[in-house]
Amino acid sequence: MCLAVPGLVESIEDDYADVDFGGVRKKVCVTLLPGLEVGEYVIVHTGYAIERMKPEEAKKTLALWDEMAEMAAKMEK
Amino acid sequence: MFNQNEFRNAKYAKVLSNEICRLNDGRQTRIVHVCGTHEHTISHSGIRSLLPREIDLVAGPGCPVCVSAAEDIDMAIELVRKGHIIVSFGDMIRVPSTSSSLGKERVRGGDIRVVYGPNEAIEVARKNPDKEIVFVGVGFETTAPAMAVELLKGPPENFSILTSLKLVPPAMEILMNQDGFSVDGFITPGHVSVIIGTNAYGSIAEKYKVPCVAAGFEPLDVLESIRMILLQIEEGRAESENEYTRVVRPEGNLAAQKVLEDTFRIDAAPWRGLGVIAHSGYFPRAELAAHDAREKFEFPPLDSVDILPGCICHKVVIGIADPMECPLFGKRCVPENPYGPCMVGYEGTCRIRHESKFD
Repeated sequence: MCLAVPGLVESIEDDYADVDFGGVRKKVCVTLLPGLEVGEYVIVHTGYAIERMKPEEAKKTLALWDEMAEMAAKMEK
Repeated sequence: MFNQNEFRNAKYAKVLSNEICRLNDGRQTRIVHVCGTHEHTISHSGIRSLLPREIDLVAGPGCPVCVSAAEDIDMAIELVRKGHIIVSFGDMIRVPSTSSSLGKERVRGGDIRVVYGPNEAIEVARKNPDKEIVFVGVGFETTAPAMAVELLKGPPENFSILTSLKLVPPAMEILMNQDGFSVDGFITPGHVSVIIGTNAYGSIAEKYKVPCVAAGFEPLDVLESIRMILLQIEEGRAESENEYTRVVRPEGNLAAQKVLEDTFRIDAAPWRGLGVIAHSGYFPRAELAAHDAREKFEFPPLDSVDILPGCICHKVVIGIADPMECPLFGKRCVPENPYGPCMVGYEGTCRIRHESKFD
């Protein structure tokens, strides 16, 4: 029920945006995200964008795991 | 296009799994999540097989249709029998209530329609101006703002909502006080947290000295949240932390919170299997009474029964019983013909267990 999927905002008109979900395009209500801009990623639940998704934060998480993987490899040596 | 495939990378899974094992150090640890979508990820990705045996990863009350009171469904059944159109999400249609389900009513000729979002329910109302359309609005904090947006826009006169909307933090507090329930750390639901923020669990973490970590829904999100909980335990901390940083903010979505406040009041609500919980449900404010099905229609006294004889969903839903302990599991109660609510949707613990290859 609380499933939500990320997509890329392609255009915005009033309360609705065209969002690209990796090839599938859908109209999404963006009332809950004031100031949203084209090119931002959003998380969409039941046809409503509920939050922005920040790829740079995802990269930070992955960098932390890379660091852990490197440390683990060193320990093994 | 940004994709989250790296959050499924087996290379990191191995590192996280080893680190979890090291941090746990042989201790008995019970971690509870309260989100059906987390249980889906956990079961279908085989997360439990990557954890040391001493870590018990348990599903709490995180499936909205599983905790919707039979009374709410019985009300909808009353309305469809009077000839009104009932609209809801797919899962809700199959949930058994006291003596029927919306799906069974549809077979008997009731006009019951499935939609993807509340805006589609409004569309049904516009296209059927001579009928009353009642949207059975089930969900948690994640779903409530979408319904609030539509109610604030001014829906057509023939549209009303029968809310079955619930708040997660009050249910977590009730869990803490249930007999037989124990927890060393909570994985808090990522998309509920999008709306309410990780700050919303701060008081629970502090009061009950239990680490809380909001997690995303990829397999590695769940592993990382377990690692973060174990790190808190090792360091003697009990705080509300955020693993799902690419989406969740500590303060949540303030615009969504404002919309919720303008639309709903918070009151006591009945939870299937848990009873009535104070301050745990959203109901339309008095000024929206014209669109509140409970105000708009009269209901006869309903002798609703939440848990049918033999069913143990009320124990499964709070994580004190495993689906396998139920004599009906996989026999009288199967996904094609669910007897209890936890066998219905893809978020129900019994349904997930029934379909999972790993557990």
